[in-house]
Amino acid sequence: MAEKVIYAMYDDDDVLKDGAKKLVAKGVKVADVFSPFPIHGIDPIIGVKQTRLGIMAFLYGLTGTALATLGMNYFMIHDWPMNIGGKPNDTYLDNVLSFIPITFEFTVLCAAHGMAITYLLLNKTLPGMPATNPDPRTTDDKFVMELRLSDNNQFSEVELMSMLNETGVIEVDQKDIH
Amino acid sequence: MEFKISSKAKSFTVVLMLLGVIGICLGVWIEFSCHGGEHFQTRFLGNLLVDSFFFFAIGLGALYFLALQYATETGWYASIKRVIEGVAGYLPYGIGLMLVTLLTLSLMKGGGIYVWMDNAHVEHDPILVKKSAYLNQVFFWIRTLAYMGVYFIFWRGFKMRSLEEDRVGGTAIHFTNYKKGALFLVFFAVFSSTSAWDWIMSIDAHWFSTLFGWYVFAGMWCSTMIVLVTLTLYLKKQGYLNKVNENHIHDLGKWTFATSFLWSYLWFSQFMLIWYANIPEEVTYHLTRIEDFKGLYFGMFFINFAFPMLLLMSRDAKRHAGVLTVVGVIIFAGHWVDAYLMVMGGSMGKHAYIGALEIGMALLFLGFFIRIILTNLTKAPLMPVNHPFLDESIHHEI
Repeated sequence: MAEKVIYAMYDDDDVLKDGAKKLVAKGVKVADVFSPFPIHGIDPIIGVKQTRLGIMAFLYGLTGTALATLGMNYFMIHDWPMNIGGKPNDTYLDNVLSFIPITFEFTVLCAAHGMAITYLLLNKTLPGMPATNPDPRTTDDKFVMELRLSDNNQFSEVELMSMLNETGVIEVDQKDIH
Repeated sequence: MEFKISSKAKSFTVVLMLLGVIGICLGVWIEFSCHGGEHFQTRFLGNLLVDSFFFFAIGLGALYFLALQYATETGWYASIKRVIEGVAGYLPYGIGLMLVTLLTLSLMKGGGIYVWMDNAHVEHDPILVKKSAYLNQVFFWIRTLAYMGVYFIFWRGFKMRSLEEDRVGGTAIHFTNYKKGALFLVFFAVFSSTSAWDWIMSIDAHWFSTLFGWYVFAGMWCSTMIVLVTLTLYLKKQGYLNKVNENHIHDLGKWTFATSFLWSYLWFSQFMLIWYANIPEEVTYHLTRIEDFKGLYFGMFFINFAFPMLLLMSRDAKRHAGVLTVVGVIIFAGHWVDAYLMVMGGSMGKHAYIGALEIGMALLFLGFFIRIILTNLTKAPLMPVNHPFLDESIHHEI
């Protein structure tokens, strides 16, 4: 089903933030904001939930720690016991100190890559994916606020437009998205 | 708002100090009646060094943290600036106690702590003869007085300018602080390492580690952050500092978390490199500590590393007063044990143990330390008036 979307463009992030505050106070639901840089403090205004990326980072890190431990236990203790500086190498624990730097590095590697890939996937911005921002100028010096008519059934299109015009908007665009 | 010490806090510090004195008396009595007093001198002086150094280092850590904020021109800290200055205000007392301890040790030819101070001993020790160009009493005192002089002068300057800023305002004082803060960091970068070598590393006179200074410094920084966060929480609970919100607490929690990791990282780096190379001159430090204090040594490392890592990792925990206080108190004790092992492992070895004397002296110093800090807080308004970043700090949000 096609849906009507309003894109309101601003040339200042503070004007957009104040505008969003006013609109939300009137009960308008802002679907999204597109900006060339993170706008500090916009998340609670438009109701973006606290990110759970940190929890994922912890899980990716744990995966890294586990993989590194299992891997080195197999390579260095069972498959081909390594004599490192004459240290005892019967069990993993005997040599654990020399494995800690690698475990640490692998944990960081898994956490960082896992987090970056998750982030790109969730935002649909993996390399080669089509751009979904409404206007290329939002990657330069303009800021766009997205309102969906289906989210704001209590207001008519005209009402929304007039409310937007009071917030210092420089350009308003409408689109049907499928 | 002016801070007033509550009668509860007053009696708490007095009780701490009284318990300390009782503990010390009990410890001395046990030492003489059960152990014949054979190791009493080393034990007493060693403990004096542990506690005067540990609390001096926290005052110094606060001065360093303040200089760091000035040099980097941060804004968030402005509303807790007086708390940092209150802790840094222990510095003159810390310097005094350190100098008294070092002077006592110096007059007693090391008192069993610094063997290199005793010429009769050095003569028969070829390694110490070679080291005597650096490790001798005259040069030791020149260095010690230089460190203390520089710390004191900077502390006094920061304090006076901070109070002057309240009166006159403007940005001139801010830029002076910026320059002096950067200059202090230059001095501190060198002195934090060399002073740790002089006062602590020279106890194990044969042993050396270039990393040791940073390891001591990281432990001191972590203890400072614990003191700052618990003190801020206490003041908030008492109804002061109402401009300080959970974002400031979150930032202090982050510092506690990060410095715990810095300390663990440096401890492990030093330990692993020495373990790996296995060179007899180097392994002695860890061998003596593992032989004589195995549980305490690894237990201390485990607690100081694992507690903050597991309990302070999440965002909510860093904003939770209860979690921060509990973790803070536990790793504060952990870092005290760290300082204890640095001094006692090298001087008393297997004869050392934590008894009434150790705990008593630590409590006495702790009570004195808290009392001095609370008194310092009463001497200036808790909220700076004309700090240029005050507005930014009040609106701090992360």
